[in-house]
Amino acid sequence: MKPNTIAVVGAAETTDMGHIPNLSQIGLNADAALNALADAGLTPGDIDGVATAGESPIALCHHLGIKPAWIDATTVGGCSFMMHVRHAAAAIHAGQCKTVLVTHGESGRSRQGALPFPIPYRGQLEQQFEMPFGIAGAPTMFTIPALRYMKTFGVTEEMLATVPVIQREWAALNPRATLRTPVTVEDVLASKIISYPFRLLMCCLVSDGGGAIILTSADRAADFARPVYIAGTGESAESTMVSQLESYDSSRAFRMSGAAAFAEAGIRHADVDHLMIYDAFAHIPLYGLEDLGFCKPGEAADFIRDRHTAPGGALPVNTNGGGLSYAHSGMYGMYVMQESIRQMRGVAPAQVPDAKISVAHGVAGWFSGSTTIVFTNQAQL
Amino acid sequence: MDASRPLPTPTPETAHFWEGTSQGELRLQRCDAGCGAAYFPPRAFCPRCGSRDVSVFRASGDAVLYSYTISHRSIPGFEAPYAIAVVTLAEGPRMMTNIVECEQTPQALQLDMPLEVVFARQNDAITLPLFRPKGAAR
Repeated sequence: MKPNTIAVVGAAETTDMGHIPNLSQIGLNADAALNALADAGLTPGDIDGVATAGESPIALCHHLGIKPAWIDATTVGGCSFMMHVRHAAAAIHAGQCKTVLVTHGESGRSRQGALPFPIPYRGQLEQQFEMPFGIAGAPTMFTIPALRYMKTFGVTEEMLATVPVIQREWAALNPRATLRTPVTVEDVLASKIISYPFRLLMCCLVSDGGGAIILTSADRAADFARPVYIAGTGESAESTMVSQLESYDSSRAFRMSGAAAFAEAGIRHADVDHLMIYDAFAHIPLYGLEDLGFCKPGEAADFIRDRHTAPGGALPVNTNGGGLSYAHSGMYGMYVMQESIRQMRGVAPAQVPDAKISVAHGVAGWFSGSTTIVFTNQAQL
Repeated sequence: MDASRPLPTPTPETAHFWEGTSQGELRLQRCDAGCGAAYFPPRAFCPRCGSRDVSVFRASGDAVLYSYTISHRSIPGFEAPYAIAVVTLAEGPRMMTNIVECEQTPQALQLDMPLEVVFARQNDAITLPLFRPKGAAR
């Protein structure tokens, strides 16, 4: 698709973030949607396309009083909402709809009107070939590749612990972040063991929250304040079974998704001012930095330790504090995009000065799939 | 001891695998259309070339430890700490399993250590393929 032909014209998160016991899952979706509509100066009647995951887009349309000409319920895990943006851009480009609302809401902590964590159905391949061996949610699946990666590249537990330390520095600059107190590598390594080699502070938060994004064609974006353009997108998928990924040294889905987005946007790595990498666990930013091509294989841990991604560094990463310190409701991809959009609008709590290009990179499941989006505040790159 | 762990529900395409483990055989499949690749989990066609010309064969049961995590939260059938492992079979495919006859510690569980399959009977229909250090005391 031609770069910069679709724009984000409304974006907002839920009114509160982290602990929201007074709203259900669909209520969080609606709260975020109304905030994004207000941000764009629109009403539900202006929306003709809706995409969401977790909640049915049909239920959400009815809840908000929207009569859609286009819906998308792509549900692949945490980066579903990023795929929705990509799919919505294509649908708008194809003339199937004009103004799309993408929402996320999840009562991950308070569990109000929330979907249960998906359990493989009887006879599903995961149920036959993974469940009998003790997998029990993301902390026991997403973590499995890490020891191999660490052995291949000589990454130590101390180096892995540096990821949450640096992200906490960013969180300290963000009043909405759940955890803001600085931590040290020693603090991370002294925190409770969850699933070796992962300690509590290497694992994401469990939060209530949501967000929403409104997209339309760039030729209409001039009617809106602070449009943020979609310069390029990519997506890929590999396996829902973590045991069947091609390699634990690198994510094939990350590489394909990232390369597609960079190629479509026509940008080089040196052009990128700000980067978001979905961080459900501390090792994912390492894979992200390498598989997107910002670091050579095995060099990301040193890159982070040398403070290139930290406040004051040349490549600010996860400037909201990330899933490790900001918030993580279960499917974190919406928050990845929200921070990229804030940075492109110049309104982020830890604003990167003069940032013009932000790359948002998401993961589905446990390296199961991926989406990458290049955002820019420049009408033309 | 593993009576309460979740057990697989075989499907028509996987029945040969679970019949095999019940008979003390680790069965993989291979493409007979030329590409020759061994593959897992079971399916009625080759995932590399799409050919339906495939056959079942008995694997050696030898493997090496590819990666693992040690969960520190007990769940039904698993007393923490317990390791969830992924092994690379001598024939190439990888599978998730548990490592038995071995301490569940980072010191004992060394990546690339040689392993061999053991068959852990759960009931009349289901026997799980687990792995132990190669040459462990019988």
